[in-house]
Amino acid sequence: MIGSRAFDEIWGHGSPDNPRAEFSALSSWMQSTESEEFERRLQSAEATFRQLGITFAVYGDKEASERIIPFDLVPRIFLADEWRRLSEGLIQRVRAINAFLNDIYGKREILKAGILPPELIFRNPQFRTEVAGIRPPHQVWAHICGIDLVRTGPDDFFVLEDNARTPSGVSYMLENREAMLRLCPELFREFRVAAVDSYPDMLHGTMRSVAPVGREADPVCVVLTPGHFNSAYYEHSYLADSMGIELVEPADLLVDDDVVYMRTIGGYVRVDVIYRRIDDDFLDPLVFRPDSMLGVPGIMAAYRAGNVTLINSPGNGIADDKAIYSYMPEIVRFYTGEEARLPNVETHRCREPDALGYVLDNMHELVVKLVDGSGGYGMLVGPASTREEIADFRKAVEAEPERYIAQPTLALSTVPTFTQSGIAPRHVDFRPFILTGKGKPQVVPGGLTRVALKEGSLVVNSSQGGGTKDSFVLLDDGAPVQRQSQSQGGEA
Amino acid sequence: MAVMLSRTASSLYWLGRYTERADFIARLIEATVRLDALSARPAGDDAWRSALIVTYNEDAFAETGESFTQENVSRFMTVDSAHPGSIIECLRMARNNARAVRTALTREAWTAINRAWLQFQSMGEPGGNTATLNLVELVKAEMRGFEGALHRMMKNEATWFIRLGGAIERADNTARLIDVKYHLLLPEGEQVGGIVDRDQWTTILQTVSAVTAYRWLYREGLNPGAVIELLMTRPELPRSLAACVDECVEVLAMLGKRTGLQGEADRMARARLARMQKTRAHEVIVAGLHEYLQAFIRENAMLDAAIARQFRFV
Repeated sequence: MIGSRAFDEIWGHGSPDNPRAEFSALSSWMQSTESEEFERRLQSAEATFRQLGITFAVYGDKEASERIIPFDLVPRIFLADEWRRLSEGLIQRVRAINAFLNDIYGKREILKAGILPPELIFRNPQFRTEVAGIRPPHQVWAHICGIDLVRTGPDDFFVLEDNARTPSGVSYMLENREAMLRLCPELFREFRVAAVDSYPDMLHGTMRSVAPVGREADPVCVVLTPGHFNSAYYEHSYLADSMGIELVEPADLLVDDDVVYMRTIGGYVRVDVIYRRIDDDFLDPLVFRPDSMLGVPGIMAAYRAGNVTLINSPGNGIADDKAIYSYMPEIVRFYTGEEARLPNVETHRCREPDALGYVLDNMHELVVKLVDGSGGYGMLVGPASTREEIADFRKAVEAEPERYIAQPTLALSTVPTFTQSGIAPRHVDFRPFILTGKGKPQVVPGGLTRVALKEGSLVVNSSQGGGTKDSFVLLDDGAPVQRQSQSQGGEA
Repeated sequence: MAVMLSRTASSLYWLGRYTERADFIARLIEATVRLDALSARPAGDDAWRSALIVTYNEDAFAETGESFTQENVSRFMTVDSAHPGSIIECLRMARNNARAVRTALTREAWTAINRAWLQFQSMGEPGGNTATLNLVELVKAEMRGFEGALHRMMKNEATWFIRLGGAIERADNTARLIDVKYHLLLPEGEQVGGIVDRDQWTTILQTVSAVTAYRWLYREGLNPGAVIELLMTRPELPRSLAACVDECVEVLAMLGKRTGLQGEADRMARARLARMQKTRAHEVIVAGLHEYLQAFIRENAMLDAAIARQFRFV
């Protein structure tokens, strides 16, 4: 049983009565709060989420076309010191990702140095020749990165996956915090928690800093959504709203003479920076999929001409591809000259015969993934699968080994979570968000903690029964904040 | 100059139209239920038939092949999602428009619309009169909540577009209401201004929440000519044609001030207001009320088209 030997982030390897010293306050809060009270607060949170329309659509699920993601009240907490070390690792990794993209669509030094097998790039469907040779402003390609992390011990963090295309989930980070401030204000008196609500300003600042040459003074920034039937529409509208910029749909945009305009009541207004939440494939029917009804014809020509900045840049998929992932330690070393501060999870590339043999022999112990799968689909968790499931998956891997990688089943850390049978440990992962503009990458002090609500389950995806938690980053590890009060007496 | 996407402006305008329409249908059903229940001589089929005619839905109902009963018609007008003129469909369209312009609405305004839609989703058949009235009460309460939220929104172009849609829709609804009811209620051979069933006139006033207003303004008791005058030319009554015509001019002026965009729609709206101010109800009745109202509805539709051109609705 995996759960029994996992590290719990609050209880450590102890028990509810013997938590990690820094978290004794949280542990007593959990013990002193009645489960009826938890239930009541959870219902209140759910009602709010539904009324606000914080929903996501589950593809292929006709019954509930708009669902809310279950929310848990027990926060996950990072100590200030843990967070500092994590941030350094994240910044290093994101710098390497941007340098890699700039290189692979430019001089390709990394191939000349023999670090990566060239066919891994040139035969990769994520490699977009359409953007080769482009120099985006300040050489930034991945302006918004979400790096998925897992933890196995106090100081043991691993990168599970990089997301350099259109990482989602940041609205949950912000809304979960709003819910916690409203429902559990007592925790914020107990802990000094770094605020996350500056994220929209940071994002807007990042967008403005990468405006096209000549448009830096007062660039017009917009969020581009596929439309209000998209599963992440709430997030798109939330971000546009909190930045105070327009949320546009493809039909609102028009490209003329390589310049992008939006249709407004006063006529056409030039657009300079687009945070697009449409995948590369659908972005421009003239360049990518011609059958795309979502795209903006000509937008790629405008991008190539340097008249508009796209966030994130098209072509980024080559950096977060699961086949490239296994080379990330080498990539970090090549571009930063340092060892990766955040290690990868050990990865077996089934494209290599030795690794394939090992994977086929040990499937019952491994997590096997499609290199181009996502959202928990196309994945086998060996220890949690039946003989038949393993046999079926084995056939698939044998047929096309180059499409698969395998990783050991990690003892993912747990965080106490409210369940039907009281507070119990549940496995979590973590997605922090890193913004890169003109200057140094910035890490938002928080992120999205996803939790597998089923006992023992390691699958945290919202489409597969996962939930979310707020993620506290503590400002320092000292005493609780004193509440301020009006000073008495006469000191001026 | 303020910048707003054309699509956003169009969605806000239609959000205003659909919420107003949902509210109007709810009031019409409420008044019809009362008419059906309270009349000494049961109004029955005719009352429900006229409710369908007012909302231009007589043919659509006939196509369902269902019989003309209170249950069938009220279900058709409230929860029938196959029918674009039902309350639930108006709410769905209002919500779709609101969802597409989330960024232009406050949380309060969005929540009111979303909640109305969520509540209606869980409603079954309206059944008898009591159940229908409960349903109608719910719509009215949510629409009041939306109006309240609207008044607390920033006084910017988003608010003005919603109000403009509301004013255009209200003008259309009131004109149809007078037109249909007036002619249905006028018995064959009866002179205009003659004595007709007072309950039926009360129905009209109730639909536009004007029963009390009428009593304050006209002490002499129910008189069809006075009802027509109240609904047409009295600017004190928020749902009168005069009030709607006035609101269109006012809201277009606010939009002009915010956006710098003025044109054909402003000119049409101002010309209509100038004519309305000279209009006397009794003269219209003599000259032909039906012709007047049909022309009003046509002109209102032309103003709608001019607004769409002026603000480049997609």
